[in-house]
Amino acid sequence: MNADTLIRIFTIIAPLSLASFGGASSIYAPMQHEVVDIEHWITAREFLDLFAISRAMPGPGSLFCTLVGWQVAGLAGAVVASIAIYLPSSIVVYGVGHVWSRHRGKRWHNALERGLNPLGAGLLFSGVVTLAKLASDGFLPIAIIAVVCALNVWKPKIHPVIFLISGGGLCYAAYAFA
Amino acid sequence: MDQTRRVPLSEIYKTFFVIGLFSFGGGLVSWIYRDTVDVRKWMSREDFLPGVALAQVMPGVSSTNCAIYVGQILRGWLGALTAITAMLSAPFVISLAAAWAYKSLLHIPGFQETMVGVAAAAIGMLLRTGVEAARPQLRDISAMAIMVASFLAVGVFRFPLVPVICVMGPLSVALAWPKAKAEVEA
Repeated sequence: MNADTLIRIFTIIAPLSLASFGGASSIYAPMQHEVVDIEHWITAREFLDLFAISRAMPGPGSLFCTLVGWQVAGLAGAVVASIAIYLPSSIVVYGVGHVWSRHRGKRWHNALERGLNPLGAGLLFSGVVTLAKLASDGFLPIAIIAVVCALNVWKPKIHPVIFLISGGGLCYAAYAFA
Repeated sequence: MDQTRRVPLSEIYKTFFVIGLFSFGGGLVSWIYRDTVDVRKWMSREDFLPGVALAQVMPGVSSTNCAIYVGQILRGWLGALTAITAMLSAPFVISLAAAWAYKSLLHIPGFQETMVGVAAAAIGMLLRTGVEAARPQLRDISAMAIMVASFLAVGVFRFPLVPVICVMGPLSVALAWPKAKAEVEA
């Protein structure tokens, strides 16, 4: 894998790191656009699978970028993608953190929270829609999305892994007995 | 921050390594709180709490942002670097191992269908996080408008994320400014 690809991985992901308000979910739509539609590095199918793996394994959701990097350019790709997704936003948090803890309770804190949290919430839904479109071949995945969401609201203590295994099991059963 | 005692970097590494290793689906910030404030008494509740809001508001994942904030308070930039590296090291290796296994499982009949089900369940949990994040916005008409507009822009019309943030971010904070309150001065 050549250096150009690694540089491209970095220049795609690093700006998204700075824009990832509301967490990893905000970057699924732009990531799909860049790595599936424009670069054709991975298929839509692989994109969805890597998302599933990133959620089934420990670690923050943004490790998804690490997996994309790995799929595209091996270990070097994984390292470059990780640096690209974590370094820029971390530098911002570090820089702001200095000022933030010294000026706690100030009006601009509250303004940032009130202003940026709805933005993050909207972007989270953009991620959900992007992924749901990729997953929705047929009725079953849509039903799983709805039921898991409802169960999760109703019983927040259920371990995430139980949902993941049940979802996978249901779809396997549908495949095996169809 | 004046520290009464310097927390060794190796302790920071150990603590965040374990948190990272067992981190499944959210709730991590409260775990970091328990470990660093309640159990190890590295910092006070008053020192920790501003970090929760900071981690949430800033770009990036709130758990790693929180790790950086705590590391920074404990040991400056070295502490921040140690905390985030520790938190990511186990998940990094485990995820790559899983991705490697994934490639060799692809040929198994039914595997792809199974992965769709796993993804769908994960999307369902994400949707629930979205519902939780959306709830507080519904009380305020401008917050609701920003939420809907940012969803439509990126999720439906597929505008590129960075320009959307550059426009909506300042706009949203400006809209929120008249309603923003100063809390009790520390």
